[in-house]
Amino acid sequence: MAKEFIAAGADLELRGIRKEFPGFTAIENLDLHIPAGEFFALLGPSGCGKTTTLRIVAGLEEPTSGQVLIGGVDETYVKPHERPVNTVFQSYALFPHMTILENVAFGLRRRKVADPLPKAMDALNLVELGHIAERRPQQLSGGQQQRVALARALVNRPSLLLLDEPLGALDLKLRRQMQIELKAIQMEVGLTFLHVTHDQEEAMDMADTVAVMNKGQIEQMGAPEALYERPRTSFVAKFLGQSNIFVGQVAETSANSLSIDVAGSKISVPKNRAEKQDGKIAIGVRPEKAHFHREAPKPDANLNILGPGEIKDIRFTGVSNQYLIEIPNVGDVIVFAQNVGISPVVELGEKVWVSFKVEHAFGLADLPAGDEQ
Amino acid sequence: MAFAAFSSSNPKVAAGPVKSSKIVLALLLPGMLYLAMFFLVPLVSLLITSLETPSATGAYGMYDYGFDVSSYIDVTTRYLPQILRSFGYAFAATFFALIISYPLAYFVGVRLRPRPLIQKLTLTLVIAPFFISFLLRTIAWKQLLSDDSAILNFLRSIHLWGDQQYFLGTPGAVIWGLTYNFIPFMTLPLYTSLERLDLRLLEAASDLYASPAAIFRKVTLPLTMPGVISGTLLTFIPITGDYVNASRDFLGSSKTSMIGNMVEADFLQNADYPAASALSAVLMAVILVMVAVYVKRTGTEDLL
Repeated sequence: MAKEFIAAGADLELRGIRKEFPGFTAIENLDLHIPAGEFFALLGPSGCGKTTTLRIVAGLEEPTSGQVLIGGVDETYVKPHERPVNTVFQSYALFPHMTILENVAFGLRRRKVADPLPKAMDALNLVELGHIAERRPQQLSGGQQQRVALARALVNRPSLLLLDEPLGALDLKLRRQMQIELKAIQMEVGLTFLHVTHDQEEAMDMADTVAVMNKGQIEQMGAPEALYERPRTSFVAKFLGQSNIFVGQVAETSANSLSIDVAGSKISVPKNRAEKQDGKIAIGVRPEKAHFHREAPKPDANLNILGPGEIKDIRFTGVSNQYLIEIPNVGDVIVFAQNVGISPVVELGEKVWVSFKVEHAFGLADLPAGDEQ
Repeated sequence: MAFAAFSSSNPKVAAGPVKSSKIVLALLLPGMLYLAMFFLVPLVSLLITSLETPSATGAYGMYDYGFDVSSYIDVTTRYLPQILRSFGYAFAATFFALIISYPLAYFVGVRLRPRPLIQKLTLTLVIAPFFISFLLRTIAWKQLLSDDSAILNFLRSIHLWGDQQYFLGTPGAVIWGLTYNFIPFMTLPLYTSLERLDLRLLEAASDLYASPAAIFRKVTLPLTMPGVISGTLLTFIPITGDYVNASRDFLGSSKTSMIGNMVEADFLQNADYPAASALSAVLMAVILVMVAVYVKRTGTEDLL
């Protein structure tokens, strides 16, 4: 049944896309290549230009300059109804005056595809909604509407499927469930998916490749694991998960590592994990890779040690506790600790040291906002 | 009943908390009294009058109570041309009002949406003619369309209009006036529908391979059908009963008389009250049946 929808996805290439609106520039200069059959996520805060990018690919906006190539064909100025692209809209945009089945058959009918209704029914079965084909959109729950919107796009077997924050309106539990289903469908049908979202967990969970977008430009692009492990800029380090970032002048350089001096403490990073090797640099570490100690840890060349500091805040999040530790002259450091024993293991106001392995540190290419000079 | 078509709310309203207190009844009372006094009583009076027979004394303008249906037979045969003409004019004027109003309402309600100030201003312009009595405006048209008016002379000069041809008093002039006078009643409901139209649905349709023409046919028009139905009813019903535009004092002549003119003549000049009443009752019955069929066939329950 699902074979009906297996289509060869096409690759998408954006060349030098720039989009200006009266008064501001939404996209600066965007180059992007998405290989055929990939699940690609465009991640960024609201207003970063990701939805505009999607609308340009769909043909709903024209770029001020640049080219859109789908499967190697220049589609920059092709009207939306003539593009081999379908979109799952954030609002779902289901037609309220049609049944679910007619909604799904809409694209097939417009292209005069033979047997539109049986094909639409197959698509509805794919998203497990065949039993409500005769209902109206307004009689469906949000999750069901989302699946109808997906079926309505998939049934056309587009070369490229665009998803504009399609899970944004769903509650957390349903969102997680839909993420799994969406990923399974993508793997089953083998289409190219371009997924726009501001939810970093969603992007990391589903996508083969994630591009982090900020202020109309792509800051970093890569596999989710690579992006999380080695964020290149302070924006990526903070937007994709959380990070502790320390700023200082490079004080020491050895064969394999370099160190900065932060208020008397030495923080080292492996050379091959540092984007910038001299001058004032920022070094970060993920909160779950940092630990705190009640007594000063023994100095160790493979360990960055900070402190002592004071526990300022403890936030219970279920599986882990999030500790905020204020270290004089260094600032606040966040440490995640799994709740494997009785929590919390320390009390508010207690004096602690923070350590993390040198190999877990990463050096950034830029400085966080406020530290630039 | 047919006016359920005007309500935009979902007919399947969930049963809310039912609280029939005395206050609710008290609040309803003035409205009910008003309807009884000014709708029910005159309606019954009209029906009684329509069944009266000429006075046994033979006095002019005097009638006795009875159950005489001859007035109905009389008016439907004698005034058949006027009845057919009324509905013909009403169809034509409603059609012209619709094809003029829809693009106008679309422009104001959809295209001008990003500019709210200009949108409201344009809408005011649509309503502006209401500020002047429609009698005055119709008389103005009488001047504008008269035989030696600047408009006709200009058309004659470019040979688009014959030297001996006149316009006033023709069916064309009456339909022109009816269309003009009732356009706001068409435009406003259409505007209300179009202004609420979710443009994201149009984008979704174009994303799903619908050409601009297909978007209009399959999405825009079906979704604005409540406005089309309200607008056509609000123009069609009053136009069939209109007697101003078609009267010879305004844009018409004796050849363009409509039902309203006959009712007026029978009532005010011939003192034939049963005939006037019967004709009014016939008009009302025909309109009710037509509206019922129309609303039933266009099926408003599908529209949200």
